[in-house]
Amino acid sequence: MSSVTDVAPVAATRTPEGRPRTPRKPRSGALLGVAAWLIGILFVVPVLWMVLTSFHSEEDAATNPPSIFAPLTTDGYREFFGVGTGANPWPSLLNSLTASVVSTVIVLLLAIPAAYALSIKPVRKWTDVMFFFLSTRMLPIVAGLLPIYLFAQFSGLLDNIWLLIVLYTAMNLPIAVWMMRSFLAEVPVEILEAASVDGAGLLLTLRRVVAPIVLPGIAATSLICFIFSWNELLLARTLTGTVAQTAPVYLTGFVTSQGLFLAQVCAAAFVVSLPVLVAGFAAQDKLVQGLSLGAVK
Amino acid sequence: MHRRVRPTSTVALATTLALGLTGCAGWGGGPSGGGPDTINVLMVNNPQMIDLQRLTKENFTADTGISVNFTVLPENDVRDKISQEFSSQAGQYDVATLSNFEIPIYARSEWVAPLDEYVEADSEFDQDDILGPLTESLSGDDGKLYGEPFYGESSFLMYRRDILEAAGVEMPEDPTWQEVADIAAQVDGAEPGMAGICLRGQPGWGQVFAPLTTVVNTFGGTWFTEDWDPQVSSPEFREAVGFYVDLVREYGETGAPQAGFTECLNNVIQGNAAMWYDATSAAGSLEAEDSPVRGLMGYAAAPVVETDSSGWLYAWSWSIQQASAKKDAAWEFISWASGREYEELVGEELGWSKVPAGKRASTYSNPDYLAEAEAFAAPTLAAIENADPNDPGAQPRPAPGIQFIGIPEFPDLATQVSQDVSSAIAGRMTVEEALDRGQELAEDVAERYRERESG
Repeated sequence: MSSVTDVAPVAATRTPEGRPRTPRKPRSGALLGVAAWLIGILFVVPVLWMVLTSFHSEEDAATNPPSIFAPLTTDGYREFFGVGTGANPWPSLLNSLTASVVSTVIVLLLAIPAAYALSIKPVRKWTDVMFFFLSTRMLPIVAGLLPIYLFAQFSGLLDNIWLLIVLYTAMNLPIAVWMMRSFLAEVPVEILEAASVDGAGLLLTLRRVVAPIVLPGIAATSLICFIFSWNELLLARTLTGTVAQTAPVYLTGFVTSQGLFLAQVCAAAFVVSLPVLVAGFAAQDKLVQGLSLGAVK
Repeated sequence: MHRRVRPTSTVALATTLALGLTGCAGWGGGPSGGGPDTINVLMVNNPQMIDLQRLTKENFTADTGISVNFTVLPENDVRDKISQEFSSQAGQYDVATLSNFEIPIYARSEWVAPLDEYVEADSEFDQDDILGPLTESLSGDDGKLYGEPFYGESSFLMYRRDILEAAGVEMPEDPTWQEVADIAAQVDGAEPGMAGICLRGQPGWGQVFAPLTTVVNTFGGTWFTEDWDPQVSSPEFREAVGFYVDLVREYGETGAPQAGFTECLNNVIQGNAAMWYDATSAAGSLEAEDSPVRGLMGYAAAPVVETDSSGWLYAWSWSIQQASAKKDAAWEFISWASGREYEELVGEELGWSKVPAGKRASTYSNPDYLAEAEAFAAPTLAAIENADPNDPGAQPRPAPGIQFIGIPEFPDLATQVSQDVSSAIAGRMTVEEALDRGQELAEDVAERYRERESG
C-alpha cells in the first residue's frame, strides 16, 4: 500500500481548467464522445422508459409492440398514493427513510474512527483487520435469514424498525470501513506532520486538516450506504409486517398475477427511487470527486 | 494540498444529520399494529382484495370499530411469507389469504384455527349458502372447517362465438379435448395473428400445471396412485402431456413457453386467440365494460376425455392464525368479507362485474348479478358444482385436490417438472425426456410417504 505517499491522480483526465492532459487528435476525441453518449443513453433509457410507462394507462402499458405515444395520465401515481384504494404509502416511505438515515449515521460514526486506526495511525496487522471486515460480507445474507428471523421472533423484534437499523448498519459497516480507509489513506503524511509541528492536537487536526480533505469521501460513503439500505428488500420483506414495512416491500405489493400492473409499478418505482436520485444530485460534485479520488482507484 | 473547505461539504453533512433527526421523528408515523381493536391481515394482491381494502374503512371499520391493517404482496411472495409466519406461529398476522391447497395442510399442522364455533355463533353468516365443494375443500382431515372462501373458481373453455360461427363450426356444450383440438385447427389464423387456442405454458405449479393436471386427470392419468406409486411416466400421463404440448405448439399462442394467465388474458382481449381454457374468474375481465371482446364470448364446460367433468377448484379464502390473540375480531372481519352483504356492497359501490363470486349459491340467483354476468354465470356455477376435489380422475387419490395434490411437496415437485414441460413446449426437449425426469422427482416424494405409511 504505497499509495499513501505517491498519489497520482490517474482517474482525473482533465485539469480543473478544462485543458486536456494529453493532446488528442480531434477525430478520436469525437469518436470517444459518441461512444460515451451511446453508453450513457443505454443506461438512461430503461429509467426514462419506466418514467414514460408510469404516465400511461394500464392498457397502454401492456400492449405489444409498446405504444410510446399513448395519452398520458397520472392514474398510476394516484393509485400509488392510495387515492381510492385506501392504501397509504407514507408510513413505508418514512420507515425506509428512518432505517436508511439512522443506519448510515451509525455506520459513519463507527467507520470513520475504524478507518483512521487502519490508515493514518495503523494498528498492528491492519491488513488482517481489513480482511476480517471483508470476510463478514462473504456469507450471503440469505444464509443467515432463518436464524435472524427466529432470533427476532424470540426477542420480540419482528416488525420493528430498529432491528432493520441494526442489520443495515452491520451490512454496510465493512464497505464503509474499506471506503473510508482508502479515502483517509489519501491524506498526505506531511500535512499531518506539519499540523503536529504547529502544535495542533488530535481533535484539531481531525477537524481542521483531515475532515476537509476526506469530506468528498464521507459524502460518497454515506450515499452508498444510504442507497444500499434504501433499496434493501430481502431482510425487510422477511422481518417486517404492518408497522415497520419499508418502501421496497410496499413497492412489490403492486405486482399481481391477475390483471395489469405495469403502469402502477413504474409509478411506484419512480417515486421510491426519487429520494436516492435527489440525494445523488445534491452530492454530485462531492461524489465524483470522492469516487475518483478514493476507493474505485 | 491547501485547505479548501467548500461550503457545500458542510451543507451536505448538516443535511445528513438533519435528515437523521427528522427520520427519527417520522418513525411514529407508521400505523399502529397492536391496538385491541386492530387486526392485521396478510393478503395476495388480486383485484378483488384491493377492492376489499378500498371498502374496509368506510364499511367494516365504521360498523364494528375494528380497524384493519393490510399487507398486500404478490402471489409467490405472499405464499412464502404466510408459510414462514404460520409455521413459526409468529402471531403478527391474525388473518391471511390461503387457498384450498394450503388449508387442509395447515390444518393438519394446527397452524390455523377451526372456525366451526364461530360459524355456529354467528347467526348472520349463512354457511349453507356456500357451495358444497368449497366447504368440503376448506375442511381438514378432522372434518372441521378451517377457512371461508372469498371467491371461488373452476376452469372452463372460453371461445369467440363470432370467429367459430364465421368458420362454420359449432362448439358442443360438453366438448371433448379431441373436438377442441379439431376446432383449434379450423380457427387457427382466422384473423391475422390469431391463434387457435391459448393455453398456459409458463413454468410453475400454479401456471402450466393448473390446466395441464386437469388434462392429465381426464386422460386417465394421475401424479400418484392411492398407495403412493408415482405415475408421471405412465402412458396416460404421457399421452395427456403429449396432447397438450402438440396442441399448443401447433395452434397455440406465440410465446407459449412464457404465457401464463395474464398473457393469455391479454391475448384474448386483444383478439390474438380464438379459444382459451382457463379459470372461470377470467370471464369477468373478458366481459368487463371496456373489454373489446365483451359480448363476443361463449363458455363451454372444461373439455373431457374419460371423466364426466374436469374443471379444477380453487378458492382464495380467509383463515385465522392459531397464534392470533384477536380471533373474535378476526372472525368478524371474515364474516363480513365472505358474507352475502359484502357481495351486494361491491355490486352497488363498484359494479356487479367486480363481485367476488363463485362461492355462494345466492349470488347466482341475484338478478343484479345475473344481469351483468349472464353470459358466464351458469357455466361457472355448473363448473364449480361439478368439481370433486376428492375424486377428480379415473382412480382413487392419496390426497385431495384436482389441479394439485394436497401435499406440501407438490409445489416444488410440479414446479420442477413444469420447467421441463415448458422446455418441451419451446421444442428444446421431448415430452418423454421431460416426464422421465419428472418420474424420478416424483419417486423421491413418493418414497417419503411410503416410508411414513409403513413406519
